[in-house]
Formats: sequence, C-alpha cells, structure tokens
Amino acid sequence: MPLLSVRDLRVDFSTPDGVVEAVRGIDFNLDAACTLGIVGESGSGKSQTVLSLMGLLADNGRSSGSARFEGRELIGMPDGELRGIRGNRIAMIFQDPMTSLNPYLRIGVQMAQVLELHEGLGRREALRRCGELLEAVRIPDAGKRLDSWPHELSGGMRQRVTIATALLCKPSLLIADEPTTALDVTVQAQILALMRELRRDFQAAIIFITHDLGIVAGFCDDVLVMQDGECRERGSVESVYARPAHPYTRRLLSAVPRLDQDVRSRAQGRAALRPALEVDGLDVVYSLKRPGMFAPAPRLKAVSSGAFMIAPGETLGVVGESGCGKSSLARAVIGLVPASAGRITLLGRDLGEAGKSAWKDARRNMQMVFQDPLASLNPRMTARQIVAEPLGACRPDLSRGEREERVVRILNRVGLAGGQLDRYPHEFSGGQCQRIGIARALAPGPAVVICDEAVSALDVSIRAQIVDLLMELQDELGLALVFIAHDLAVVRQISHRVVVMYLGRAMEIAHSEHLYGRPMHPYTRALIEAAPIPDPEVERARKREPLQGEPPSPLNPPAGCAFSARCSFAIDRCRREMPELRAVSRSMVACHRAEEIAPSGA
Amino acid sequence: MRKTRRNRAAIRQAAGAGRGLWSDAWRALRRNRAAMTAAAILAVVAALCVFGPLLSPVAFDYLDWDHVSVPPSLETWHLFGTDDLGRDLFVRTLAGGRISLMVGLVATAVSLLIGISYGALAGYVGGRTDQVMMRIVDILYAMPFMFLVILLMVLFGRNIALIFVAIGAINWLDMARIVRGQTLSIKRREFVEAAQTAGVSTPRIIRRHIVPNLFGVVVVYVTLTIPQVILVESFLSFLGLGVQEPMTSWGALVNEGAKALENAPWTLVFPAGFLAATLFCCNFIGDGLRDALDPRDRSA
Repeated sequence: MPLLSVRDLRVDFSTPDGVVEAVRGIDFNLDAACTLGIVGESGSGKSQTVLSLMGLLADNGRSSGSARFEGRELIGMPDGELRGIRGNRIAMIFQDPMTSLNPYLRIGVQMAQVLELHEGLGRREALRRCGELLEAVRIPDAGKRLDSWPHELSGGMRQRVTIATALLCKPSLLIADEPTTALDVTVQAQILALMRELRRDFQAAIIFITHDLGIVAGFCDDVLVMQDGECRERGSVESVYARPAHPYTRRLLSAVPRLDQDVRSRAQGRAALRPALEVDGLDVVYSLKRPGMFAPAPRLKAVSSGAFMIAPGETLGVVGESGCGKSSLARAVIGLVPASAGRITLLGRDLGEAGKSAWKDARRNMQMVFQDPLASLNPRMTARQIVAEPLGACRPDLSRGEREERVVRILNRVGLAGGQLDRYPHEFSGGQCQRIGIARALAPGPAVVICDEAVSALDVSIRAQIVDLLMELQDELGLALVFIAHDLAVVRQISHRVVVMYLGRAMEIAHSEHLYGRPMHPYTRALIEAAPIPDPEVERARKREPLQGEPPSPLNPPAGCAFSARCSFAIDRCRREMPELRAVSRSMVACHRAEEIAPSGA
Repeated sequence: MRKTRRNRAAIRQAAGAGRGLWSDAWRALRRNRAAMTAAAILAVVAALCVFGPLLSPVAFDYLDWDHVSVPPSLETWHLFGTDDLGRDLFVRTLAGGRISLMVGLVATAVSLLIGISYGALAGYVGGRTDQVMMRIVDILYAMPFMFLVILLMVLFGRNIALIFVAIGAINWLDMARIVRGQTLSIKRREFVEAAQTAGVSTPRIIRRHIVPNLFGVVVVYVTLTIPQVILVESFLSFLGLGVQEPMTSWGALVNEGAKALENAPWTLVFPAGFLAATLFCCNFIGDGLRDALDPRDRSA
C-alpha cells in the first residue's frame, strides 16, 4: 500500500468574483521513501495541492476528494486531529527560511517547541535532540547555534535549520515547497546534496514542489506536471523527460535553456568605432548606519574597480550570487547610487566630468529594466501613462501628439495593443508587466539598456518569450544590453560576453562560448557545476562536489583573493595577494593559478 | 489643419485619454453605494446648516420667554425644543453646524496641505534635510497646545478664524509624520527608481508617484481627523477660548446638553445626532475614496 494515495483532489476558493478552482482533480500515489516532484508555473495549483493535504488552505478555500495517508483520510479530518499529524508524521519546508523562522525566538527554543508539543519531551531533552539534528544537517558548531537568533544565520544555514526542524519527529513524509528558490545556486547545490543524504538516512518520502525542471531531474523519482490546476503528465522522471507525452510538458522542457548543450551561440557583436558604454575602475561604497553616535560609519565596498566595455548591438552578461555587487554595479552606472570612484563614458562622453547636464542627457541614452515586473510599475498609472512618462521627461522636443503616437507604437511593438493600453498594472500578467517595463525603457530611444534580473521573477515559458523579445529588439535597434542575472543558462542564451562577479570583483570576463566551454576561474567552474540541468541522465551522471561555505561578508573581505576561502585550489599566495585580472588563453581571469588548473583540451 | 486636429482628437479618444487617476476614481466612487449615500446625507446636512438659519423665522439667539426648556413640538414651532434660555434648538443646531463643519473642513484641509507636502518632501529627500525637518516637527510638538492658543488670542484678539489656524497648525504635525513614514517605504519601491532613471524631476516624482500612493493612509487619517478637530473645537469653546455665546457649535451644544440630560434630554439628542451622522458620513466617504483611488480594488 502506498504511503500517500491521492484521488480526485480538488481545491476551490470562493472569492467575491465567484468560485475559483485552483486544483481540479489530481491523482497520485507516493510510496514510502520515494520522491515525487511537482512542477508547474506560478498559479498552476502545485502549492495549493499540498496545502490542502495539510489542512492549511486559506479560510475561503475548500478541498474535496480523497487523500489517504498511512491508512487515514486527510481530507475532512478535524483540525485537532490534523494538528497531531502536521509536524509529526508530515513535515513541511517552506520557501523563505527567514519568514518561516520566528525572529524573536532563539533557534533552539523554536525547534524544541515541536518536540515538546508532539512528543511531550522536557526542554532539556528536547534541546539535546535539536542539537543532534543540527549536526545531522551539517551545521558547524551545532551546540552553540541553538542559542543563536535567526538573523545571525545566513540564508543557507537558516534553510538547514528549517530542514532540521522538519525532521525532528522523524516524519514519514516531507513536503518541500520551493525550498531552494530563495537560495543562491551554489548554496542550492549544498542543500540538495544534504537532502539527498537525509532522504537516505531518515527513509522519508518527499514531495518536492518546484518550478525548476533541472532540480526535479536530479532529485526526484517521479514527476507530476501541473498546469491550471490539472495534472498534465505523471510518470517516472526518466520516461517523462525522455519522452514527454503531453504538449505542455514538451513546451516546458524546450523553454528551459540548457547549460550543457550548445544553444544557438550568438554571433559576435558588430565591431563598432566606439563603444556605447565604457566603465573603468568603478567603486561603489555604501556607508552603513553608525553603531554609536561618535563611532565611524562602517563602510561596505559593494563593487571594487568594476570595468567593462560594451559595443552597440552587443550583450554583456553579468552573473554572480546574491551580494556579489552585480546590482550595485548597474545602479552606479545608471546613477541610482553614487559611485565613489571610477569613470563612466557613455557614447564617448565622460559623465563624471560633464556634470548635471550630461546626466540628464545620459538618462535618455541609458535606461533600465527592473527585476520585479509588478513592483516596478506605479499601481496608479495606466500602461500608456507609464510608458509616456520618460518621454515627457527626456524628450520635451516632441509634441504631445508625436509622443502619444510613439507610446502606442512602442507598446504595440512589445506585444500590447488596443484596450490593453489603458489598463492598470495589476490587470496584467507578470510577463505583460515586464513588456511594459521594456517599453518604458525603450521609449526615449536609449543606446544602452541595463536589465537587472529582468527575467528572474518570470515563469520559464514567459522567460523564454521575454528573452526572445529582448534579442529581437536589440537586433532591430542596435541596443547595447547589460544583462544581469544569477541564472547562468539564461545569460548564456542572450550574451555575447559574460562577466562573472564575486564579492564585488570581476573574476572572469570572456566571450560566452569560451566562458561556458572552458571556464578558467575555479569559481566560474563551481557555478556551472552547481547549476541543475533538466535531464535526468546527465544529472545522475554528474559528479557532485558542491562548493562548500557561503560568500564571505563584504564588510570584512578576505585579505587575498576573495574566493580563496571556498576555493579547493587555494594556496598560501591566494590568501595573501589579491590576483589582478589578466589575459589567460582567450579569457580575462583573476586567478593566480589559472594556467595550472585550466581544464585541458579545447 | 482641421483634419489633423480631428485626427489627433481621434487618436486621443482611441487612446482613451479620459482614463486618468481622478476620472477613474470618480467613476468608481459613484458605483460605491455606501459612499454615495453618505455623501448625499452630508450634502443635506451642510445645505441645512448654510440655508436653514436664513429661512428660519427666529434667530439663533432669540430668547422665547414663553417657551423655556420645552420639548420638541409642532405647535410651538420649536421642532427640536428649546434650551433653558428659551432659544430654539433647531436653529441653534444648524447655526452651530456652520462652525463645526467649517472647523472640520478648514482645519483638516490646512493639516492635509501642510502635512502632505512637508512629510513627502522630508521623506523623499531624506538625509540631513529629513533630519532637520523632522526635528522642527518635534520642537513644535513640544509646544503646549493651550499655550499656543492663548498666545494667539493675546496677540490677535478673539477671532474664530484663529481657532481654525491653531487647530490646523497642531494637526499637520501628525500628518507630516505619518506621510513621511509612508514616503520612506514608497521611495524604495522599484517604480520610483524607474522614474528616477527615466529622468523625471523630483517635484513630479513626488506629485505623480509618491502622493497618489499615500492616499490609502492619508484618507484613513483624515476620517479620524475631522471628528477629532470638531471635538477639539468644542473643548476650546468650553474653556472659553473658542466660539462665544450666543454663537455656538455642535461641540458646545453637546456640552450644554449633557449637563441638562436629566430634565431636557432633547438638548443633547439633536446636536449629538447631527454630529454623529456627520462623522459616520465622513467615515463612509473616506472608505469609499480609499477604495476608489486604488486601482487594485476597483473591479474593471
């Protein structure tokens, strides 16, 4: 008998606009110690499916159907009884490790509560067990960590704590809802490796909800593809990935760019007489809040000597983990934060020297597309007003009619037409909002567009469309694009050249094909190795040595190479002496040992 | 020439240029039945207060010695009864409403105008400007309100307009603080950064991006301010600093009525009823405005 058997599970929400069917008849079986991946895009009902199993639906939600877990029916079980199962037999790991931990309780206390509640242990005994589990999730100094506050731990450590909490009562089923989505790719690889080990040690079945097909390929036995609350396809990972039967699955799989395959390599950018944008020796330093009234304000160096050059029609990808300074770099270039040193030359004009008027002109020639499609649009303005605004500010020379005409033309070009133009942002989907964001950036006719994680918040199929749109627009208008992202595969797809950043410094700069084909810097290699690939055979064959640790704090960077603390090739010199960017083979690399450790061949 | 103008008009129409924040908000507000009913009632009350005393056969300060403290009746034409000096309560309630509504309107408008511009500017510009501006607010907070009112009286003599100024001058401090806090959180939102990168000027960013997004909080605060202001006025009158007999206000009438509650309850019930109805209406209109100004709450 399967551990969990779900039949015709349905979830409805009654809203003022009528009943919304979030899940419409899902069936699946899950055997003990097996792993089921539920994939789908946002709004597909994947989270609601598992929340209904746990009786955690919102107040206006109602579930029906059947879900038998260890011989007991979960649907319609009274809340008191369900509470005995939740956290005890079924445990859950949430997406954001910060919000799922109470910031006012010490780690040990909040973990111990679970044991006190479900197993009636005393505080001391409970804390001892918690310490053991923190060790099991490989938290260094586990005993001391019990006394820590959640904010004292890094994101990866916090997620380990939530995993340890989930495992406290040795549940037979673990539900993980996007547990690695908020984490960096190298930390994600660590957490996945940890979960693999724990799955073996604890013999728990796992339901893993994710939008990332790559993770499912490497982590799950079975997969269930959801769309619009319905199951599109269900089967073993091998068969579904090798022979997707449903058109939706096929579309999803083809929309994900793969790191290991040679996707269409973009032609080299046109050789131009002068670069569109040139940045040299750019430092960005933030002054933090003073710890005391007379203490000096601590300084955080977010970017150190950032330098790049970009030609018209060329895309420069910037990748790195969170906190590596890639966004600070972009924001300093566009003037949202002041640069403390360095030179920015836009279309041959030095912005630092020319003063205010040059910046005003720069606004017209340099625009930005933001990360969060909805948050970057004023909720009280229509699409038309949003796109018209920069035109009004940058192009006072145009008449009102010309401006209006231009707004309509641009919005049509990005795929919005007719009555849609007078809608408010919340009436659009995420992808459409990002189209408006792109239209707003293009309205003044810029030469350089900076995309700061412009596709990270979008679903895979929408992401592919937006990336295609950006590439088309670039070819049409000869735009220079600076494309900032943490997703290596997307960056590869769109970029001619790529900069890899770590702790505010460029580690490697190379043409896309060299960088991905023959990464010279150990950090670049670690990033590429950590990125999951949506192919079960490739994933299973990969050797797994996830990069240990997490990026050091930029408040006290290591003395030598920024990466030396995590690098398996580091020698004494690396810890003493900061490597400069230098040409090695066809790349620019900041590593003392680049030649020795370069991969052979090519 | 004519053709292009027509073309342009056609473009604008096709463009739906009629859809702006305010026109859309107005349309949404009109669909809100509670808000529209409240607005209608408030309009009736206001009209009564403005025109009622003019049409009444007796003045608000006429002493009818034949009918002292009589209950409401149609025979004597004292619709709301009279007070202990024989003054007609109907006329007095309407006349008092003029003062109370005026105080509520003017003092709130003053605090809105100063509070929003001051708070939004301090919050948006930030840094040292913000520090200095908010310390000024702190200093003004420290000034005792009564002291300020008495000082104004001494300097300028007794004048009802001074009451408006004094109340408004105190109330904008709260408004400025609330608005500044909200502005701080709004200015970190991406759409404000987007406007900055697009080269939009600071006054325009405050006007178009910050202030419209403040409405939710401001409207709630205003619906709390209007009753508060009306009550503060009655307190000042009670101390002899506000309106003077024989002129009156709702606050003053409620005050007198409360004292005569045992033998003449109507002297409390009618003014208090008008005051309560007005405050209710303000709340419903406020709620309606907040929803109407937020596109996310409007059904398409």
